[in-house]
Amino acid sequence: MEIGVVVFPGSNCDRDVRWAAEGCLGIKTKFLWHETRDLSGLKAIVLPGGFSYGDYLRCGAIARFSPVLESVVEFVDRGGKVLGICNGFQILTELGLLPGALTRNKDLHFICQDVALNVTSSRTDWLSGYESDLSINLPIAHGEGRFQCNPETLRQLEDEDCIALRYLTNPNGSINDIAGITNKKGNVFGLMPHPERACDPLLGGIDGRSIIQSLIY
Amino acid sequence: MSSKTLNDEFNSLCNSKEYKVDYDLLNALSHEGLRKKDYIEICRRLKRPPNRTELGMFGVMWSEHCCYRNSKPLLQSFPTKSTRILVGPGENAGVVDLGFGQQLAFKIESHNHPSALEPFQGAATGVGGILRDIFTMGARPIALLNALRFGPLEDKKNINLMKGVVSGIAHYGNCVGVPTIGGEVNFDKSYSGNPLVNAMALGLMETKEIVCSGASGVGYPVIYVGSTTGRDGMGGASFASAELTNTSLEDRPAVQVGDPFLEKGLIEACLEAFKSGDVIAAQDMGAAGLTCSCSEMAAKGGLGIELNLDYVPAREEGMSAYEFLLSESQERMLFVVKPGKEKVLMERFTRRGLQVAVVGKVLKDNVVRVLHKGNIAADLPASALADDTPVNKHKLLDEPPDEYLLNWKWDENQLPQADYSGIRIESNQNSDIISWNKILLKLLDYPSIASKLWVYNQYDQQVQANTVILPGLADAAVIRLRPQEGDKSIESMNRGVAAVVDCPNRWAYLDPERGAMAAVAESARNLTCVGAEPIAITNNLNFASPETSIGYWQLAMACKGISKACEVLKTPVTGGNVSLYNETRLSNGELLPIHPTPVIGMVGIIDNLTNTCLQGWLNKDDYIWLVGLPLDTSFKDDRLTLSASSYLECIHQKITGRPPIIDLELEKLVQSFVRKSIHDGYINSCHDVSDGGLAVALAECCIFSGLGAHCEFSGSDLRLDRLLFAEGGARILMSISSEKEDKWLEMFNEFNNINSGLLNVTKIGRVNDLNTLVFSKDKNKLIDISIATLKDSFYNSIPRRISNNKISSS
Repeated sequence: MEIGVVVFPGSNCDRDVRWAAEGCLGIKTKFLWHETRDLSGLKAIVLPGGFSYGDYLRCGAIARFSPVLESVVEFVDRGGKVLGICNGFQILTELGLLPGALTRNKDLHFICQDVALNVTSSRTDWLSGYESDLSINLPIAHGEGRFQCNPETLRQLEDEDCIALRYLTNPNGSINDIAGITNKKGNVFGLMPHPERACDPLLGGIDGRSIIQSLIY
Repeated sequence: MSSKTLNDEFNSLCNSKEYKVDYDLLNALSHEGLRKKDYIEICRRLKRPPNRTELGMFGVMWSEHCCYRNSKPLLQSFPTKSTRILVGPGENAGVVDLGFGQQLAFKIESHNHPSALEPFQGAATGVGGILRDIFTMGARPIALLNALRFGPLEDKKNINLMKGVVSGIAHYGNCVGVPTIGGEVNFDKSYSGNPLVNAMALGLMETKEIVCSGASGVGYPVIYVGSTTGRDGMGGASFASAELTNTSLEDRPAVQVGDPFLEKGLIEACLEAFKSGDVIAAQDMGAAGLTCSCSEMAAKGGLGIELNLDYVPAREEGMSAYEFLLSESQERMLFVVKPGKEKVLMERFTRRGLQVAVVGKVLKDNVVRVLHKGNIAADLPASALADDTPVNKHKLLDEPPDEYLLNWKWDENQLPQADYSGIRIESNQNSDIISWNKILLKLLDYPSIASKLWVYNQYDQQVQANTVILPGLADAAVIRLRPQEGDKSIESMNRGVAAVVDCPNRWAYLDPERGAMAAVAESARNLTCVGAEPIAITNNLNFASPETSIGYWQLAMACKGISKACEVLKTPVTGGNVSLYNETRLSNGELLPIHPTPVIGMVGIIDNLTNTCLQGWLNKDDYIWLVGLPLDTSFKDDRLTLSASSYLECIHQKITGRPPIIDLELEKLVQSFVRKSIHDGYINSCHDVSDGGLAVALAECCIFSGLGAHCEFSGSDLRLDRLLFAEGGARILMSISSEKEDKWLEMFNEFNNINSGLLNVTKIGRVNDLNTLVFSKDKNKLIDISIATLKDSFYNSIPRRISNNKISSS
């Protein structure tokens, strides 16, 4: 069973996802260059972190037009699982696969640090490895991770139990401390923290393993 | 040659018929930063006058930045060899052998002058430039560090400079996907108009052969890759070799603009191309752009290069040959490739949206020939530009300058009286007792000592998934040596490399030789504290003008200190960077030179990553031991002193005295014992004693762990401030669990017997969970502060000065 990791020009966590999946958890990965449309045989797709196309316009705004993402949208429609981490989350919102938008952090700085998160919904496969209301630690590393949406969307996210992760101490000004959300169907998950950076015991915690593992459930 | 005969020779040269030029010579020379003497030499080498374009090429190639015209004789004394050194000074970066088939490329470089004018782009392109030096060798960049200096944060201008520099570094490093894992930041008013931005990069070799820059293969194509060439960064190398003045802001076009996204693609495409074996030689275009890369490749290969500017991808129309050749547009490289491989190679670059073009060929004759619009724009012997570049001879003072001798007279007896309650400080006709508690908190709040969390939290520290020790937690950064390519399992990789940058600039200011020795010794001590074996250094010599007798003396003494220390500690120099003329012309016309700042970047090997140490205590009830000079070291011993200390600067507002003697043999002994203690698994935490002395080091161990400590200093009759805050003495603090203590002491005795009993260890206290740091002496409490209070001073120092916003210190 193999998962696909999309590589845009400017992606820089693609190899980290491969290391977490293959090196730490024994899950096979295949890199998908942004020009490919072939997703055949893949169990799930990861949109990794980085600065796709330099992110000079608005994070993810150019990436959404790439050929590979046309196939990813179809993949999602067929019920395929897609995980968007950091820049990947930004791209998912630009694509409209997830609602809301990610804007510059409240203090305008890039922030790299470990954060404590509350698992607020274990409805979907992604977080079923954690008990609900469990607190986990994952690193964040972003300049534009402040989740924003209008009140109706927020209510809908809450009603549909789509808010998966919340910050215990809000680092970036995200509305309602939101760190990660899923779609209603539950096959798309976007989050700002980096689960792939929390899979290797030598580098710190391993709280991210369950999320990466869930790609092949 | 006296100036009269020099002028005469210059004038007769200019007036002779064969040497007439069609441009305003004096103006041109001044614009290119060349002297009359240089012009005479250029004409001698060419046997004709240079045209205006050629003169510009000489201007950049003969600047301090490119040819070390002031510092070369001093740099030649550095030790540069050991069995581990594969590439020493002279190439784009040094390369060391790490064993097990792994090789590390590393180098440090400054971007001081650009950052003073345009802090964001100046710092960003500094990072981009040092990364290119690394991957040009065939190494994938795996880590960045930086050494920064700013004026005091009480001045808003300095805050803005710091904000700009830090966000510039973050912008470039984060986007390009290389973790920034360590660094140091210090503050002094001498850096107010001239901040320092030194960036260091490490790379793990991915190619079988190290890629070098010397051209070979007559007729082989020369290929240009990367970004387009524009008018940005014109003449940056000459500009970097002059002092900063009020009118320097007008030089802003000399600051380049960086594109980390493009560089990320360039890294991947270059490494792919190098691995294909089709690239014979590579040179990045840094200072002096096309001029420098062509002449270096030609001169090093003993061949020539023909470059046709009509094929160079241009950013704007109507650029002259001069502009093409002197542009410092970023993210560009030049290759010599195997004939017939151009097409497949070019596809690798176009696939990533990069520019690529065949722009010339390798020539048999040792010349740099530049064609532009059907004309020969320049035709110069490559060796005339790059070899035997002129050296400015300076006379070295026989004795230290008077101002130094005056500073060195200071001794501890000039301090006010100290007792158990504190020290009496005179200010505005009042005299107050300041308690030891207050003094320690003030030191922790001193920006040069305080936490730099505000800085390094803006850097991505973890990308590439190899950062074993994050910034701020240990004395050095540690990266696992896991290649990014290939499928290794988690168990097979347990080796790492540790890296640090360091320079005690106050010491280097008060005694350049001792300061530079201390920079090397402390770097090695820092690596030791994480369990690494130091193997080599790169250095960044940031100094003021070498044209004053003091300026040159400072540079020469610092080089001497580096040589001595590197010799004894067996850490040869693999290259580096020299940045001179770091001074600001004040509005009253006076020049304010920076503190001499010889920054050392050192790397070391860790064979077993499970045995590294952090600064913070690990367990309550562990014993705290001091290795190095003991507590009761008398003031007659010049290896440990309050002179030139942080205590003297921060509490008594005096930057004076002579820094401690650096006892290199003692350093070596202490460090090898501490490394052995860590390797054998005895040690739970390890931290060197540096700025602020023993008291600050102990406080930091509490801050990083949240655990308390009780230390007992009875039996010593030293001045109490000497006991608490003296610096020097090759000291390291360690914590050891009680059950391992006896065996460790046995090991110590054995070690010491072999080493003539020269080493000293002292048990000074115990870790507890009482949330306080307590120092007592003969039943009197000198210090008693809660960990929360220590943290507040330490973590909020810089944020408070920036914005009055508190950040959490959990």
